This record gives sequence, C-alpha cells and structure tokens, in this order.
Amino acid sequence: MRKVKIHITLKEGVLDPQGKAVQNSLRSLEYDNVNEVRVGKYMEVMMEDTADIEKQIDRMCDQLLANPVIEDYSYTIEEVV
Amino acid sequence: MPSTLEISPEQIEQQRLYREMGLSDEEFKSITKILGRRPNHTETGLFSVMWSEHCSYKNSKPLLKKFPTEGPHVLQGPGEGAGIIDIGDDQAVVFKIESHNHPSAVEPYQGAATGVGGILRDVFSMGARPIALLNSLRFGSLKHPRVKFLFEEVVNGIAGYGNCVGVPTVGGEVQFDDAYNGNPLVNAMCVGLIDHKDIQKGIAAGIGNTVMYVGAKTGRDGIHGATFASEELSEESEEKRPSVQVGDPFMEKLLIEACLDVIQHDALVGIQDMGAAGLTSSASEMASKAGTGMTMNLDLIPQRELNMTPYEMMLSESQERMLLVVEKGREEEIAQVFKKYDLEAVAVGEVTDTKRFRLTHKGETVADVPVDSLAEDAPVYHQPWRVPAYYKEFQAMDNYIPDVSDYRKTLLDLLKQPTIASKEWVYDQYDSMVQTNTVVRPGSDAAVLRVRGTDKALAMTTDCNSRYIYLDPETGGKIAVAEAARNIVCSGGRPLGLTDGLNFGSPENPEIFWQMEKSVEGMSSACTKLGTPVISGNVSLYNESFGGHAIYPTPIVGMVGLIEETKHITQSHMKKAGDLIYIIGETYPEFGGSELQGMLEGKHFGKALRIDLDIEASRQKQLLKAIQSGFVASAHDLSEGGLAVALAESLFENELGCDVALEGDLTTALFSETQSRYIVSVNPEHQEAFEGEVKDARCIGTVTDDGVLRVKSGEQPVLEEQTTTLKETWKGAIPCLVKSKV
Amino acid sequence: MKFAVVVFPGSNCDRDMYFAAKDALGEEADLVWYQEADLSDYDAILLPGGFSYGDYLRSGAIAATSQVTEQIRAAAEAGKPILGVCNGFQVLLETGLLPGAMLSNVNQKFMCHYETLIVENNETMFTSHYEKKEKISIPIAHGDGNYYCDEETYQTLLENDQIAFTYENNPNGSVGDIAGITNEAGNVLGMMPHPERAVEKLIGNEDGLRLFQSILTHWRNNHAINA
Repeated sequence: MRKVKIHITLKEGVLDPQGKAVQNSLRSLEYDNVNEVRVGKYMEVMMEDTADIEKQIDRMCDQLLANPVIEDYSYTIEEVV
Repeated sequence: MPSTLEISPEQIEQQRLYREMGLSDEEFKSITKILGRRPNHTETGLFSVMWSEHCSYKNSKPLLKKFPTEGPHVLQGPGEGAGIIDIGDDQAVVFKIESHNHPSAVEPYQGAATGVGGILRDVFSMGARPIALLNSLRFGSLKHPRVKFLFEEVVNGIAGYGNCVGVPTVGGEVQFDDAYNGNPLVNAMCVGLIDHKDIQKGIAAGIGNTVMYVGAKTGRDGIHGATFASEELSEESEEKRPSVQVGDPFMEKLLIEACLDVIQHDALVGIQDMGAAGLTSSASEMASKAGTGMTMNLDLIPQRELNMTPYEMMLSESQERMLLVVEKGREEEIAQVFKKYDLEAVAVGEVTDTKRFRLTHKGETVADVPVDSLAEDAPVYHQPWRVPAYYKEFQAMDNYIPDVSDYRKTLLDLLKQPTIASKEWVYDQYDSMVQTNTVVRPGSDAAVLRVRGTDKALAMTTDCNSRYIYLDPETGGKIAVAEAARNIVCSGGRPLGLTDGLNFGSPENPEIFWQMEKSVEGMSSACTKLGTPVISGNVSLYNESFGGHAIYPTPIVGMVGLIEETKHITQSHMKKAGDLIYIIGETYPEFGGSELQGMLEGKHFGKALRIDLDIEASRQKQLLKAIQSGFVASAHDLSEGGLAVALAESLFENELGCDVALEGDLTTALFSETQSRYIVSVNPEHQEAFEGEVKDARCIGTVTDDGVLRVKSGEQPVLEEQTTTLKETWKGAIPCLVKSKV
Repeated sequence: MKFAVVVFPGSNCDRDMYFAAKDALGEEADLVWYQEADLSDYDAILLPGGFSYGDYLRSGAIAATSQVTEQIRAAAEAGKPILGVCNGFQVLLETGLLPGAMLSNVNQKFMCHYETLIVENNETMFTSHYEKKEKISIPIAHGDGNYYCDEETYQTLLENDQIAFTYENNPNGSVGDIAGITNEAGNVLGMMPHPERAVEKLIGNEDGLRLFQSILTHWRNNHAINA
C-alpha cells in the first residue's frame, strides 16, 4: 500500500483571492513580516502499488484532481504497512 | 445485562455519573423505578437525552399548553416534525422554526449550517418540498471582535448550507444588543409546500415492519448535543467543542430529492429525521407515536468510525440521516429509490408489539426499556416564578421622553444603528431566488413567494423585538405576534399561523421563568385575537453566558400568510410621485425599549409600549381589505425608529422624496414606536375609497420626485435631507462595522 | 423544439431551467438524470446551476468526469445549442468545451442580486433577440464566478467575438469583466448570470427570456432550411 501526498497550488500569476484574504488577516493580526500567502489543497490518496504508479497519479491529477488551467501539482509517495 | 460495557450500572449510580449526562438524582431514581433495576450505561444515555429540555420540554410544557394550536385550517399542529396549514386547492404549507444557539456560540459556521440542515429535514420529512428558508439572528455589539467573528461566520454558515441545497433564503431579521454578547441566537425557519395526499407521519406502525436507516454514516460527532443545548454556556463548553456536528449540504440535497421520491412509494409507512438525540429520539418517538415497540441491531448501523459503542451510536448527532419504517418484504424497493442518488438504505430493525425499545449489539441486548418511558414519561417541572426587581422598578418610572433637538441628525444616527441599518450585507450572501418563486426578496416587510401553478402567493416573516419583551414580557409577547401579522398584512396576505422559537435564559431562575410565562401568555392572547394558531415550535433555554448573564427574553415569531391573488402583493417602497402618504393609527409619546432610547441612553428601561389587540385586529382587517381592493400602492409597518425611519425606508428603493407635515410634539411624531401603526401610499384616484375603508388613516403628505425627504411642522421645515444621503448611511452602516478594525 | 435539462447530483436550478424552457418559452423540455441520459433526440442541451457534487474539489469538476459529458461533447460537435449557466458554465469549463477556469469571487463571498450585463455579441444563436451593447438586468448567484484565462486566451476570445456578455460593474473579479463566453463555433454558451431567473415579470423581469427565444429562433430558421 502506498500513501500519495498530493499538493495542489494555484499557478504563479493566477490571482488567489483566498490567499489575499488570509494575508490581509495576518497583517491585521500584526504579522507585519508576512509578504504573501497562497492557499492550496492537500490530499492523501491510499492506493495499491503498481509499476506505473507515477504515471497513474499524473493522470489522476490531470483528469480530475487539479485543473491545469489554473493549478499546478506535486506529490510524494510513501510506503505504508 | 451485558459485560461489554465499560461502566457498570453500579458505578453510574454510586459515582452519580448520570449527573454528567444531565440527569438529576430524582430523575435517575425514577428511571430505576421505571426499569425495576439500575439502568446500564447505554440506557442512562437514552434517558438523559430524551429527558433533556431540548427533547422533552420538561420545563416549558406547562407553558406551551397555553398556546392556541387549533383552527379550521390547521391540518397538523405541534407534535410532528413541522406544523401544516391548508391553503386551498388541496395544497398546504408546512413550517417550523428551530434554534441552534449553543452550537453556533461554539462553532458558528457549522452551528448555523447544521441548524439550517436540521430544520430542512423537519420539513421534508413531512413530505413537503422546502420552498423557503428564513432566519432570526441576535448578536451582541459589533464592537467586540468575537461578536463580529460570530456574525460573519453564522451568516457564512447559513449561506453555505442553504445555497448549496437550493432552497432560497428569503427573509429574516438580525438584531444587535449587548444582551447577546456572550450568547448569540441562531434560529432557522423552513417553509415547505405539500399536496394533502403526500402528508407523512413519523410513525413506526405495523408489527413486523422493517426499520431502515438512510443517509450519512454515524460518527462520534454531536454526542450529547441535546444535553449540551440544555445547559448554560460556560468555559467548559469551549472544551465540549468536539461535540459540534459538521454538515454536508450535498448529502442533504440528495436526501431531499430521494425522500420526496420515496414518499410516493406505497411501501413507506413512516419517516422521520434524526435530529437532536439522533437515532434515540427518532426511533423511540416513532414507536411511541404508533403505540408499538422497536428492536434495532446496532451492528447494522452504518458507522463512520471504528469501535463505536452502543452509547455513542445512539447518542450521535451526525447530520443528514433519516429513519424510515417500511412494509416488511419490500425493503429492496425502497432501497432502489435511494440508490439512484447513491444513498444506501439499510434495514436495521423491526417494529414489535412489545412497546419496548430493545437494542442489540454483538449478540447482546444492550438496552431494553419501555418505549413510552423515553418519549412520554419525562418529568414535567412547574418551575417557581418571581416578578423580577427590575420590572417593578421599570413600572414605577415616569414616562421616558428623550431630548432631541436636531431631527435630521437623529434620523441619520438611527439609520446607522445596526438593528435598523440595511441588512443587504447579510442577505446578498444568501441565494434568495433559486426555485424562481421569489416575488418579494429580502428587505421588504415580509418575503413573498408565488405558488407555482396557481395565482396565490405566500408571505412569510420572522419577528421579535426582545427589548419590549424584556421591559414587559406580556405586552412584548403580544407585540411580537402583532408585528409579524402586520408585516404579513402589509404584503397583502392574511396571516395563517405561526411557529414559535422560544429563546430564554435558565428556567430554574424564577425571574426568568416569569419572563417565559408572561411572554407566552402575551403571545397566546395575540394569537387568539388575530386568528393565528401556533402550529410548531422550538424551545431553547439556558441561554446564559459566563457569569450568568441571561439574554433578553426572545420568543421569535415565524409567521406565514396567504395572498389570495398575486395582484394583491404589496411592498414597503413607495411607487411614484404624487401618491398620497397616510399614517394609520394615533401616535403617543412612547419610548420605553425604543431604538432611540437605546441610542441616547445606552440601555433600555421604563414601561414598554402599549398595545390594544382589538385595535390591532380591526386595523389589520381594514388595511388588508384596502390592499385587496387595489387602493394601496405601498404599505410599511412602523417599528424600530418610528415614522421617520419608516418614511425614509419607503423612499429608498425608487429614490423618491416626500413632503410631509406633522403636528404636535415632533420627537414623538417622528421617533415614537407606538404600536399598530402603518405608513402607506395611495394613488390620489383611490383617495376616497381608501379613506372609506381605513378609518384611522390620516393623510400627512405626498410622494415627490425631487429625491428629498422633507418634514414640516405647520409651515416650519424641521427635517430635510437627500434621500440618497439617507440611503447611503443606511446601507453603509453594517459593511462599515464589519470592516472596521477593532 | 425539445430541450434537455441535464440533472447532476446537487444541481439545484434544474427545475428553474425546465420551467423557463417549458412554461416561459412554451417549448418541450425534459429533466434528464445524468446517468440515464440519452441526449440524441434533443435539439438543445441546458446545463443548470447549482452545486453539482457539493462543489467539492472544484465547482463542476466532478460532474465534468461523468459519462454524460461525452454525449454533451458529441452534441457540441454536431452544432447543437448548449447552454451552461452558473454551475453549468463551470462544468463546461472543466470539460474543456469552453476555455478558461473559474476562481472564487474576489471578495470571497457568495453574492446574489441583479447585475447589469452588456450584450457584447448579438450575432450568436443565444443573443439574436438582443441589441448589440444592450444593457440587460439578470440575477447572479455564485461564490465561484471569477472567470480566469491567460492573456493569450483572452485575446483569442476578443478576436473571435466569443465574449457574449460582460458586467457593467464587475462584481467578482472576472478577467475582462466577462459574464459569458461562447466556444469558437458559437454553439456553446457558458454564463454565470441566471437568464432562467429572469423570464417572468412577476419574479423580476423578462430580460432572460429573450436568450431562450434566440435559441428557438435559431432552431426554427435551421429547421425551415432543412425542411
């Protein structure tokens, strides 16, 4: 069994209103050294290991988990027992 | 009794563990007597939730009996998921209000969201399609960061849930007062529409029939929610945070559609939602109502978490779950209906003739109690009452007359008061139009929805001025009902009935119990006089925050009225220049509990306003007749802020102006909150007919097109301001308070 | 003319769309459950608003992976009118039938009120009953209505006259004030505002009805030619 940890983030250059709102809130809480906040998604997918697991994950991300117009993704694969 | 339980009956008794579950020593004793033995852990849990105030109304039952609940048009009064009123053509309207105060105080987004979810289920479990949501909210002062956070998140939660399920949030009210600083009120109301033939009941009838479970799986969330809602908020309630439930509006939407499909299936016998006290209340109430018993095998309950105990399963308040009773042998047909929506309907038990509620788990009996003892035998307490000292003091005071010299500035200041200011910031976040029936959107006196396929419409509103009730609960209770009815009448509707959301402090405090009793008596007399029976409701007690500060007594009225023809639909905004402006009703110097008093003095005191229910009823009749006859262009009831505020509000929509002449003391004429008054505009061609119909109407001026609100006393101008300036002040106040840094 | 309203789990403007086509426009319409859909017999396909799959993951993303999108794609290729409103627009973006993507509103709040739209292109099968640059009033009701595309895509939209509607006062932060766009062929329209909520005077106005009338006119003209 593998645990796939997937991070999905908005592409550089795409406005992130949620990140902006969080950033403003942090500023108003007087974290003056906060320069930018980007909010993304984190997912854990438990799956059986296969030879082409990376290809499968890429396909999942392209097909559904991320929207390539606005989002980038990255992932790590961990072994679980 | 089985050995799998970690806590023994002896321990429960000796260590008085039942107290932690909210049962008193007396109550525990009577349970032991009912069972003829000590209850085990699971059984103690069953009794503790079913005998909580939230489920049993043990403190409020004697008061609720005072409400008139019957009428020729009432098809279902209190006792089922929601009440039902006939609207003709074999159709009926189904509605109920419910509070979610305690969960919202702890986790405002989910608290408010699941409040909406729960009230929706009460309505669609009756077989009705939910057509509208309303709410009634109370918060402390927006000066406090925590209050601001609660306000924003509650609104967000209501929006998040209501918008997703596709039921428009069409109206409501929001008031702000220091009395709610530690304890916000979140009451949600749902209105549904049903054909008579589709009316369902939550009964477990037919010995041998199958009990089925549908919807979300059961987790550990919300355990002891009903008990939690029946306690005062304390530092510890923050620690009880995990007991707040999380809502899934998508699941709810699927449940709505599936349940509306399944009620058309003749294999369905009974259906009820799992609300407060979850599986325990729905199952035992269904059996108790049918005079049957029930067994359930808890191994079959769909579970979201591992190793759940019977106690946890029975007390879980996981959301979006329904319990069905279906004809034996036809389970698969019912399951197929749900399958379309990816929902699983699982057989979990059977209706028996034993009148007992028996639960098994892993082959052992884990609870076996008389079913009526849970649903019917909760103790009823007649709490002692005492007239509060503050009331005596207020009654002895001289009439309070505020000192106002600058009428223009006073009007502008009033329009900025959060309770009066535009709530657009709030309702813009609600989808108020989905289902395409909304004729009058939030912002007028009442919301109006047409009944598709007919020329009828429904008017609906929530109202309660708790300041009046605090000053004088009986009078204030009358006013709450009367004001709701006035709002319905102004919209062109005949009030049909109401649902009450009673929010009070601790009933064990004799002064609070007096507030409860008096306000219920006041409401009841107004209901009788105005012909609006109470068909459903909810009681939320122990609304007290740190230090024992109780909220203002807040019995919210949710009212629905019938508009017989859509052409009768009337709004509060004036339509065109040249129309005559009338005030209906005399004005007296009455400022106790008024917005102006609060603004100038920072508190409310003195005698409450008077109300004469005979005058109230006859004026409502006259005005409604005038509206139905087509004589009235706009109608608005006078409430917080008096005539000046109502006049300004009536001009905003079309940015019109007015020339108005007033007599007598101007502070009184402009700002008094004397009851049973309206401001209406009338096309001059209907002048004679209107005056013939409404006896107490007095023409005070005309609508103008220059966009200036002008008030004269004799020939002397006393108040003059651009409508747009007034409007911007009124609209900008809440966004400004929300944004401002604390 | 026969309209199909495709219903996904969580759609909630499906009945509104159905009533707009059937009662306000007076044509045939069916509510079609996404799993049982056979869209081949329909003349136009309407993708309604709502929260398909609870807007989980991304608005419209999960609905876009369902089988029925293949039929929608085929209908689009065959030149049939396809209208996606609100969540329907989001589904069309997620399927790639329309370019771009949807972000959350710039103020992070759901909003519901009337907005003034400007008809940028009145030469589509959806907008022929409007004047060019006409201002119409249509309700919006969305939390994720902030249309995004890159500069290159935006230029292409402009060049091909694919922008059907813009907002007079951009409420949500959309690129180029975009409220609705078509595909290059002009037979697929996605828009955030709800024309089906503006088809009767009683509930507001009739500015949205003309959009449905435009579809009908186009179909009648085509039909006359083919017959």
